Amino acid sequence: MKFGTRLLHNGHEIDPATNAVGVPIYQVSTYRQESVDHFGRYDYARSDNPTREALEETIASLENGGRGFAFASGMAAISTTLLLFSAGDHLVVGEDVYGGAFRVLTKLFPRLGIEATFVDTTSLDAIREAIRPNTRGLYLETPSNPLLKITDLSGAAAIAKERGLITLVDNTFMTPYLQRPLDLGCDIVIHSGTKFLNGHSDVICGFAVVKDRELGSRIRFLQNAFGAILGPQDSWLVLRGLKTLKVRMEESQKSAGIVAEWLSKQERVTEVLYPGLASHPGFAIHRGQASGPGAVLSFRLSSVEATRKLLEEIRLAAFAVSLGGVESIVSYPARMSHAAMSTREREARGISDTLVRLSVGLEDTDDLIADLDRVLNG
Amino acid sequence: MNITTQAVQIGLQWDTRTGAVTVPVYQTATFKHPGLGQSTGYDYTRSGNPTRQALEEGIARLDGGVRGFAYSSGMAAIANLLLLFRKGDHLIVTEDLYGGTYRLFEKIFRQYDLDFTYVDTSDISKVERAIRPETRALFVESLTNPLLKVADVRGLAALCKDRGMLCIVDNTFLTPYLQRPLELGADITVYSATKYLAGHNDTVAGLVVVKDPELAEKVYFLQNSVGAVLGPQDSWLVIRGMKTLGVRLDRQQENALKIARWLQAHPKVGTVHYPGLAGHPGRETLREQARGFGAMVAFEVVDPSLVEQVLLKTELISFAESLGGVETLITFPEVQTHADILPETRARLGINNLLLRLSVGIEDGDDLIGDLAQAFES
Repeated sequence: MKFGTRLLHNGHEIDPATNAVGVPIYQVSTYRQESVDHFGRYDYARSDNPTREALEETIASLENGGRGFAFASGMAAISTTLLLFSAGDHLVVGEDVYGGAFRVLTKLFPRLGIEATFVDTTSLDAIREAIRPNTRGLYLETPSNPLLKITDLSGAAAIAKERGLITLVDNTFMTPYLQRPLDLGCDIVIHSGTKFLNGHSDVICGFAVVKDRELGSRIRFLQNAFGAILGPQDSWLVLRGLKTLKVRMEESQKSAGIVAEWLSKQERVTEVLYPGLASHPGFAIHRGQASGPGAVLSFRLSSVEATRKLLEEIRLAAFAVSLGGVESIVSYPARMSHAAMSTREREARGISDTLVRLSVGLEDTDDLIADLDRVLNG
Repeated sequence: MNITTQAVQIGLQWDTRTGAVTVPVYQTATFKHPGLGQSTGYDYTRSGNPTRQALEEGIARLDGGVRGFAYSSGMAAIANLLLLFRKGDHLIVTEDLYGGTYRLFEKIFRQYDLDFTYVDTSDISKVERAIRPETRALFVESLTNPLLKVADVRGLAALCKDRGMLCIVDNTFLTPYLQRPLELGADITVYSATKYLAGHNDTVAGLVVVKDPELAEKVYFLQNSVGAVLGPQDSWLVIRGMKTLGVRLDRQQENALKIARWLQAHPKVGTVHYPGLAGHPGRETLREQARGFGAMVAFEVVDPSLVEQVLLKTELISFAESLGGVETLITFPEVQTHADILPETRARLGINNLLLRLSVGIEDGDDLIGDLAQAFES
């Protein structure tokens, strides 16, 4: 079955008890048992919930993985997965990783004895050089947030494999529709499901997906023991959102390409960062590992004043945190997604005060451009 | 204001726009900013959601704390609190602890060089003897699971204060309706809200309440960074459940005492653990520090063969994990809730192959006794 079909026919499309054409919302905490020696498939909802399970199996299938796990947020997915590592372990991490991931890696996990080195992972040499004897994991985002830098996933995964590291990839910007890191040799895919997967700006959730059975068992242990699970109502909403992933992504991506081209020609825009532009330094690598550039782009304006004007006067795109919804969302990384970084760290990474990130939604492209034109040139 | 009144008031007058008498379910991921550097107080649901906040403020008020926090499960709540500590720290913990908490401490946090000593916290002198220079906290279940041992929270909190340790109380079995540990001197209360607070066996949730504003800031940082937050629908269901906390617990306690007395007189039943029974060693402490004895009853049958019989022949009473709901549940702690505890520890504590645990619900007490009677006879 092709991807678009699998979104709808996920193996759970018919409820076996009633033939309802959808998964029931199992709003339950526990399950009656019939035997003292052999418990049923379900015993406690933190451990297993049929609604959450339908979602977990669906995301696992879409990522071509063996097992999927749903969490209370993308950060809960990241935090739980990082508990795979122990005191004394070291991680190599992409330098412009999402600010929330940066925060736990710098403020929380070091207290537990897990250290991280941040490098520009667009350079495989930089990855290689950062590996130490105690390095156990390689954590990547591609395209990265908010600079849309491209990391060669097969190349990075090959280095990791050779050195015995677990490769983790945050695939939030791409979704499995456009990029499947497990097929490229990576070990764990992480998502903020809040974004394109759910797609309606109405749920907070996260995922981890793995191929390897043993790694799957370890994450399953952590998910259950740590308990940062996704509730049944939210699980159901994400299943619902996933049904339209392909059509949403295609439309948003088409618009994003047109908007990126248009922005590139504007006088007050000094740079457009979008892996769909031929001028993007990662264009070729991205085209080799993903089937599209996605629907998030960043751009720099000529002044802080112009930036402020854009953020405050834009009408169609909501000025808000988050991305990947049916509504376009414009955000200001320096003060929002990357506020957890110090000014020095932000500037070193190019997350300047004139950088704006745009997540393109499903509004008509002409309307979006007219709105941007009014604010930029009006 | 009386606590039952406070519970009914949760979320009331919250929605000033419409006057709705319940808080709306804010099924949203993000919030539009009014302008650059401006916020409505809500930016992103992981960081703050109005529905979750109504619950968090409600539990804080019920417990007499400055701030409450809602998590995706009781385990997520406890896991978040454990992240307050760093490698090398030592905690003293109740020995007949919920198995999930034990697993979290031993299988996850021990690998980050946190150390735990398990003692009988119903005996303050044993707690005192376990204190070391690096002891940072006491984690105590106010009424233990499954043996219903009673902690002298006031005495323990005073000891912690004297020795510069945090006093963390898992108050799941009593709830703020029966005991308010913060008023007895504790620093933090934690709940599996899945149990009495939500009270309907339909939601998995955890809550934390903190007394000190500075400590609350640290807990908030962890809640937001790790992201194991409770979703809006589940938050709303917990609020809904809490409105009937008092009436449910009144009936549950009444039933529990009746059943405990009936069990005590039954020829096929040995020891009955219920702090409301005359002669229970913790009865006086609870009389002084709580307004009731809860609704959990543990008892030993006289022969192991009776275990399966009672578990499977009860009809009204379901054989299922969890507790605290309106429906009566029965479990076999040795193989269910406490399976993760070492066999020799279980044997020493008395969590054996004769011990059953009843979570008494709000059915008619005579019907419950009738159900148990027929299960013993058949």
